[in-house]
Amino acid sequence: MAKQSSVLSVSIGVGIATGLYGISFGALSVAAGLDIWQTQVLSLLMFSGGSQFAFIGVIAAAGATGAGIGAAIVSAWLLGVRNGFYAIRMSPILEKTGLAKLLPAQITIDESVAVAIGQSTAENQRKGFWFTGISVFVFWNSMTLLGAILGDALGDPKLYGLDAAAAAAFLGLLWPRLVERQALAVAAAALLIAVVTSPMLPPGIPVLIAGVAAVVVGALNLLAPKSGGAQ
Amino acid sequence: MTLWTGILIASALVFSWKMLGFMVPSSVLNHPTISRIASLLTVALLAALLGVQGVVADSQIVFDARVPALGVAALLLWLRAPFMVMVAAAALAAALIRHIL
Repeated sequence: MAKQSSVLSVSIGVGIATGLYGISFGALSVAAGLDIWQTQVLSLLMFSGGSQFAFIGVIAAAGATGAGIGAAIVSAWLLGVRNGFYAIRMSPILEKTGLAKLLPAQITIDESVAVAIGQSTAENQRKGFWFTGISVFVFWNSMTLLGAILGDALGDPKLYGLDAAAAAAFLGLLWPRLVERQALAVAAAALLIAVVTSPMLPPGIPVLIAGVAAVVVGALNLLAPKSGGAQ
Repeated sequence: MTLWTGILIASALVFSWKMLGFMVPSSVLNHPTISRIASLLTVALLAALLGVQGVVADSQIVFDARVPALGVAALLLWLRAPFMVMVAAAALAAALIRHIL
């Protein structure tokens, strides 16, 4: 039982920490031009921080035009790809069959998988996954609502530096991934490509073109880490 | 396309990755090259979004109060400050710089 309560407390702690940055998502989403309902639906249905920030980031830059919305959809979709790999990792641990396999899909995100694979027994891995997934879902959604209401009340986003906050949010999401020189090189190239092509292309497109850097470096395995390879 | 339609399509597409991972045999997607590209794609898109959000405004490259604010954010990340503190400090730094200049 002691083990179970420690998994539970880790799960709740991770949920609160993640929820706190749900406040910034809510506020930035409203600043990007979405209303409170649209912001909340993103947190309920999309439920993946990176994809959600990407979606509102592109809308903020391109506006809610046909091209802007299209680019926002593709950006969010491509950023969600890692969740598919998390699902592959979790599938044998959760031991579900048939349609029940899809139950855990919505809460298969960075945090739930990180807590799960950090446990030593199969039982605790399952508990870590479910407790953390549900805890993050509850805190992320309630804090999104709080942030959206606060953001709505604040008014002009630039006056409060919310445009800088949005950039800082991307830096914060990127930071823990910059451990190997391969990732660092891809990040530098992608940032440069996106910035340099921005004056020439419709908003939203430069971000997608920058993704080519990842495909080229990843396919050719340039600057490969000396030991191992991909995770 | 309306923003609402875009939100629903994007949410369905993001969910489809999660579902796909549970449905396909792991051997199909667990190829080292594919998983390497997937994790680098996350890095590339986040870095590109950082660049666009940091130094682009109305399709022009603009270095303004956001740049020093990002410096503050980087310093706080290096000091392992919580995400929320780092984001709030960046906002405050940009707002202060705009107020002073």
